[in-house]
Amino acid sequence: MKRSLILWVPLAAYLVFLVVASLGLTQKNQTVIQSRMIGKPVPGIDLPAASAMAPALSTKQMADGKPRLLNVFASWCVPCAAEAPQLAQLAQRGVRIDGVAIRDARPDVDAFLQRNGNPFHRIGLDARSTLQFYLGSSGVPETFVIDGKGIIRYQHIGYIGPQDIDTILTKLREAGA
Amino acid sequence: MIAEAGLAALWLAATLAGLQLLLAWSAVAKGNEDARRLIRPIAVAQGVLTCLALALLITLFLRSDMSVLLVAENSHSMKPFIYKFAGAWGNHEGSMLLWVAVMSAAGAAVALFERGLDQRTHVATLGAQAAISLGFYAFLLFASNPFARLNPAPADGQGLNPLLQDPGLAFHPPTLYLGYVGLSVAFSFAVGALLTRQVDARFARAVRPWVLGAWILLTLGITAGSYWAYYELGWGGWWFWDPVENASLMPWLAATALLHSATVLATRDALRAWTVMLSVVAFAMSMVGTFLVRSGILTSVHAFAVDPTRGTFILALLGLYIGGALALFALRVHTVNEGSRFDPVSREAMLVLNNLLLCVILGLVLIGTLYPLLTEMMGVRVSVGPPYFNTIIGPITIALMAVLVVGPLLRWRHDDPRKLLRRVTPSIALAVLALAAALILSAGRIGWLPALGFAAAGAVAIASVLPLWKRNLLRTPMFTYGMVLAHLGCAVSLAGMAAESSFSSEKLAAARPGDTFEIAGQTVRFDSVIPIAGPNWTAMQASLTVSRDGEVIGTARPQARFFSDPPTPTTESVQMTHWNGQLYLVLGDQLEDGRWQLRIWWKPFVTLIWAGGALIAIGGALALIGRVRRERRHKVQARKPARERFA
Repeated sequence: MKRSLILWVPLAAYLVFLVVASLGLTQKNQTVIQSRMIGKPVPGIDLPAASAMAPALSTKQMADGKPRLLNVFASWCVPCAAEAPQLAQLAQRGVRIDGVAIRDARPDVDAFLQRNGNPFHRIGLDARSTLQFYLGSSGVPETFVIDGKGIIRYQHIGYIGPQDIDTILTKLREAGA
Repeated sequence: MIAEAGLAALWLAATLAGLQLLLAWSAVAKGNEDARRLIRPIAVAQGVLTCLALALLITLFLRSDMSVLLVAENSHSMKPFIYKFAGAWGNHEGSMLLWVAVMSAAGAAVALFERGLDQRTHVATLGAQAAISLGFYAFLLFASNPFARLNPAPADGQGLNPLLQDPGLAFHPPTLYLGYVGLSVAFSFAVGALLTRQVDARFARAVRPWVLGAWILLTLGITAGSYWAYYELGWGGWWFWDPVENASLMPWLAATALLHSATVLATRDALRAWTVMLSVVAFAMSMVGTFLVRSGILTSVHAFAVDPTRGTFILALLGLYIGGALALFALRVHTVNEGSRFDPVSREAMLVLNNLLLCVILGLVLIGTLYPLLTEMMGVRVSVGPPYFNTIIGPITIALMAVLVVGPLLRWRHDDPRKLLRRVTPSIALAVLALAAALILSAGRIGWLPALGFAAAGAVAIASVLPLWKRNLLRTPMFTYGMVLAHLGCAVSLAGMAAESSFSSEKLAAARPGDTFEIAGQTVRFDSVIPIAGPNWTAMQASLTVSRDGEVIGTARPQARFFSDPPTPTTESVQMTHWNGQLYLVLGDQLEDGRWQLRIWWKPFVTLIWAGGALIAIGGALALIGRVRRERRHKVQARKPARERFA
């Protein structure tokens, strides 16, 4: 009797695998990896100015009571130019936007801002992707919503299209704007 | 017309597979003689038809027929000939067609050449093979038709993933598939033997050449894949524990265990139930691997064509076949007699230990591969990488090597422990010597695992050739040489792994032309970077002069390539092979200030890893030839007296 029970063990183990695998299949396939930093304070880093058109950025002073957007961009990035009108629109509505220029050079950022307008309050130059790494951002453009206490509340991955503006404004409102 | 002909051939083959299954059932269950006689020709016709379908798909790729969806999505008219050819299976649909073609060709081979089994078991085996093929035909025809048309046809195709544009693509996937699918034959044999209750030494002798063949190809496929990843990805690593690598390793581990247990069954008529079980597990692992890769359930560099529908289909096939076989096993195997018994100090006992250790490794690789899936359901995303696999699997592999030292030196059935001790003394001596050498050479800074690796490699190197000691070398059977060579290959590979992981050195630099670097006694001079162009790519090519003691030993030209269709950057690293290791050079990106990223590794004795793999495969080939020749000779001898009687 005992031996014949043992014979069913492989089948039972296999059925467990089948159940796990079928549950796994029903899971939505997440191809976008969200930053683990959401809900945590912005890492404090001092960055030099990226352009003559905006002052330097320190992420140490973001807990000033006012929520803001932190836009990770680069002058060499095409979608970043494409989202510029949306950023301008947000800035017009009174949203404070700080920028981080990734692996960039000052003359290039100047040219980029002249071409696409400057919605930024401050822009830091992140020549070695240091801040980007600590933010848990994997590419450009990305935009973070940061609340008045300097806590990261939301991460928008990729380009901000006209359809995304409402979401971003809602997230800003939730962050206490 | 070619695409339609290919589709027709597939449908016809699927129909024949259905017929083959029905006839097999009728022959085995009802004893229908006419049905039995029809099965062989049908199995052969089925094999011919699917190979024809594959040949037609390759023709479509070679002619760059962009009106076929698969060609348009995966090929490009500007692609070199070999990638058009190999591109036929560098995608989901084509690779499944390759799978089916290999599977039915294997079925045809079983129908044509297998003469050792009793007839009912043979027919049941062909029936089982037809049943598996039928599922894969359904998968091809309903969920991944490789011959679907595209209307209107585009002017040109989207190109092949540049990482796949390498001669490796022409050999690596077909070799692995031949191996995976070869194991389906072992599975069918097991199901056939369970159905007719004929699990005995004869079953083991019949299944062994198939397992050996599949195992040789898996060994070659894994070895080649490892080397391909090593030079193509430009990371300098040779094994990443990626889900797909694990998917090829797991059937190999199961096949290795099966190979050894089939030997016990064939020689001593023991381990009957266990061998049948392993036959099922080995093919189950091939299918689980395919499922994990193709369903997109795990993220992997190999996962082209991620599609949950296909995943569901393969999962259903998995449930049906493997679940069915395991249920049959549980229902039937108690009717299989236990077989012969043996002592704890005997070759059988060591082979059982070998099987247990291999299965533990297999289980741990499977758990490590599936673990991210489990945690994701609980909302945590993790990836399981080398830290887990190396620390867990390394020690067990060392234990397995210890068994390898002892096993071949023991007699079957029963042996004297004191005599054994005398026989393993040279191995232990060399193990101690290797350990001491490793500790002295590294000044004690070597990790415990590589240190044990050196010791094990030393012990196995001696132990593997000891079975030839005091034997008449001319009369030693070829399969004994095969075993010796394969075991020696393990030692060679292990030594390479230990040397690479403990004595490698690395240089990362931002360099301007004119800069020089010192690595492992060699001087690398960065001369220049020039732009060059190939048929479907452009590249920046660095020129690096390597010298030792002021004497130039070679020039390396690593490239940072950019493919236009589809737009993808790749690195073309350069390996300069010396007798004692490889210099591995990679050109990276250009930094803002104009300097270039250079990565240089010195990897001592790294080539031994793949040389060992090749030795293992050659050993397998010798064993296969030796076994087949001996079987044939026995049959000729068995037949002779009968003829004389009738004369």
